[in-house]
Amino acid sequence: MKFLDEYRDPKLAQTLVADIKRRVTRPWVLMEICGGQTHTLMRYGIDSLLPSEVELVHGPGCPVCVTPLEMVDKAVEIASRPEVIFVSYGDMLRVPGSTRDLFQVKAAGGDVRIAYSPMEAVDLARKNPDRQVVFFAVGFETTAPANAMSVWQAKREGLANFSILVSHVLVPPAIRLLLEQPANRVQGFIAPGHVCTVMGYSEYEELAERYQVPFVVAGFEPLDLLEGIRMLVAQLEEGRAEVENQYVRSVTQIGNEVARQRMFEVFEVADRKWRGIGEIGQSGYRLREEYAAYDAERIFGVETTTAEEPPECIAALVLQGLKKPVDCPVFGTRCTPDRPMGAPMVSSEGACAAYYRYRRHEVGTLSAQGN
Amino acid sequence: MNSVLTITCPLPLAVTDRVLLGHGSGGKLSAALLSEVFLSVFQNPVLARMEDQAVLDIGGVRLAFTTDSFVVKPLFFRGGDIGSLAVHGTVNDLAMGGAEPLFLSTGFILEEGLEMETLRRVATSMAGAAKAAGVEIVTGDTKVVEKGSGDGLFINTTGIGLVREGANLSAANARPGDRVIVSGTLGDHGIAILSEREGIGFDSQIQSDSAPLHTLVRTMLDTSSQIRCMRDPTRGGLASSLNEIAARAGVGMELIEDEIPIREEVRGACEMLGLDPLYVANEGKLVAIVAREAADQILAAMLEHPLGREARIIGTVTAEHAGLVIARTPFGTTRIVDMLAGDQLPRIC
Repeated sequence: MKFLDEYRDPKLAQTLVADIKRRVTRPWVLMEICGGQTHTLMRYGIDSLLPSEVELVHGPGCPVCVTPLEMVDKAVEIASRPEVIFVSYGDMLRVPGSTRDLFQVKAAGGDVRIAYSPMEAVDLARKNPDRQVVFFAVGFETTAPANAMSVWQAKREGLANFSILVSHVLVPPAIRLLLEQPANRVQGFIAPGHVCTVMGYSEYEELAERYQVPFVVAGFEPLDLLEGIRMLVAQLEEGRAEVENQYVRSVTQIGNEVARQRMFEVFEVADRKWRGIGEIGQSGYRLREEYAAYDAERIFGVETTTAEEPPECIAALVLQGLKKPVDCPVFGTRCTPDRPMGAPMVSSEGACAAYYRYRRHEVGTLSAQGN
Repeated sequence: MNSVLTITCPLPLAVTDRVLLGHGSGGKLSAALLSEVFLSVFQNPVLARMEDQAVLDIGGVRLAFTTDSFVVKPLFFRGGDIGSLAVHGTVNDLAMGGAEPLFLSTGFILEEGLEMETLRRVATSMAGAAKAAGVEIVTGDTKVVEKGSGDGLFINTTGIGLVREGANLSAANARPGDRVIVSGTLGDHGIAILSEREGIGFDSQIQSDSAPLHTLVRTMLDTSSQIRCMRDPTRGGLASSLNEIAARAGVGMELIEDEIPIREEVRGACEMLGLDPLYVANEGKLVAIVAREAADQILAAMLEHPLGREARIIGTVTAEHAGLVIARTPFGTTRIVDMLAGDQLPRIC
């Protein structure tokens, strides 16, 4: 298929792998941040093509996974109300809350719908003036502009029956937290291509400078990732700590200014809780006061809902690259995608679920080399 | 059991207190529904075989017997409609058991307010499909439910057929070394349906592959007695059918990803929607497990048939990793092709 097969060419992949093998002289621990990239690496088995010196660990960039349990509980609570049409991206529906997921709410009579874009929810609000339409605004910087746009549009049209349940998180604060852990093993990062499409990569230049760690912004196809890994290994071997851009077909240094402008008109940076990690200061977005009338948490009075995660889960260690999913004692036994105990098992972009779904036949060979 | 599990661990999906849409997906939830609710109370040796049809020995005659219900939306789609689909679906379930389909029954559940013209079109289409497939619809039933209690029109069809002399097809027969053959491109039906639903926002020319497969099956059985089993990978797609066979026979499977035929348009739509075509429904395709030594001969016969022109050998049955279906990627690496819990869900980004 044009514009896809070019990035999945096995011959070019071999060339890149050979080049990585030629360059590498010592062990390096690299982390891809984005769950979409984790998914590609596992789906195509890219990690098993790499020389043993290059260890990949998987970061916290799965939006479904890091959405806190209590946000899912809030969603369940709101979606259960008879006057509500609850609209969400598809993969949030099966995420278990403390007692139920959104599919179960739907089965019990809740009006829960899947959308590909928040603008579909705005349209539902227009067409159903007697119902409250709530969109579950989840994700990283990637989905934030479209989610902001929906609220901006609703306000402009004076739609009083539209609101969003916001659970937006940001990549750079999570990387900072990771790099400041004394036990940190990560020496280089594959930066998230779609986040940088919106945000540009100047934030990562600050991180590279401050922590002397190299970054390569990469895409999501197998060759994007292999090329990104090759560029990272080259930087590490040459002692450089810069930000390089592999994903030039989508990312520029300044990103998408128009999208950001709209986003910051609607959202402001705030503290956020991450499932599996806990609260990180200034690590997400919330609605600005001018848009408080569109905040589903306030409208439905669920601000105080809280939930605790199972302490047995080693998600925090997995998300920091200190453990591999298969090092977890409950991986694939008491913790599976049907019955996840922690964040990374929740969505197929989460490291544990990606291992389980694509690679559990190789369990013996997948342990963290640093352990 | 420790308190973590009992207090905060989410309920296992199978033990929900209400029926979920996922229970109709053909994935793990469907299997759980079958085993936990139905098999335990309906238990008998015929049902326990868990094939797509029951094979009954009645006075020395082997009869295949099956039933299927159709709830497709929209009712009319590129390449078919609910009427022709209801005929093909049951004909195919009979054919997968090595049977020549003979007679169908049909039950209609109609929603008050359904346009009579719609019903006429559907009935005419059913009659046409039955005639083309050489089966007769010999009995039926109609019920009408109040407006809002149904979705326009649901159809059930039940079919009987005669199992061919010597045919003994069962998932349990698959053994290491066997080859996996598919009769053509995968995912056409599911993507055709999806692209006609509201809110997807793309236009495509992809047609449903809805078709009766019994003549293709006849050709295959005429060619070789070395066919172990056949399935028509409808809901849940190829991945679910192969996982079922692997689990039933206690074998593994290894597929060659590059060999699996998928149309460019279907691949494109799946990429856009974040779906894996191996889990998308087919209504006119079959997957067969055949003995290694007979594979080439069976494939050659399939390629001669109009419904098997794009047939391919896509993999092998293995003794290793029993119960798991593995795919070898173009990169030479392997991945699992798992059974999904419920329907595929589009990813956020």
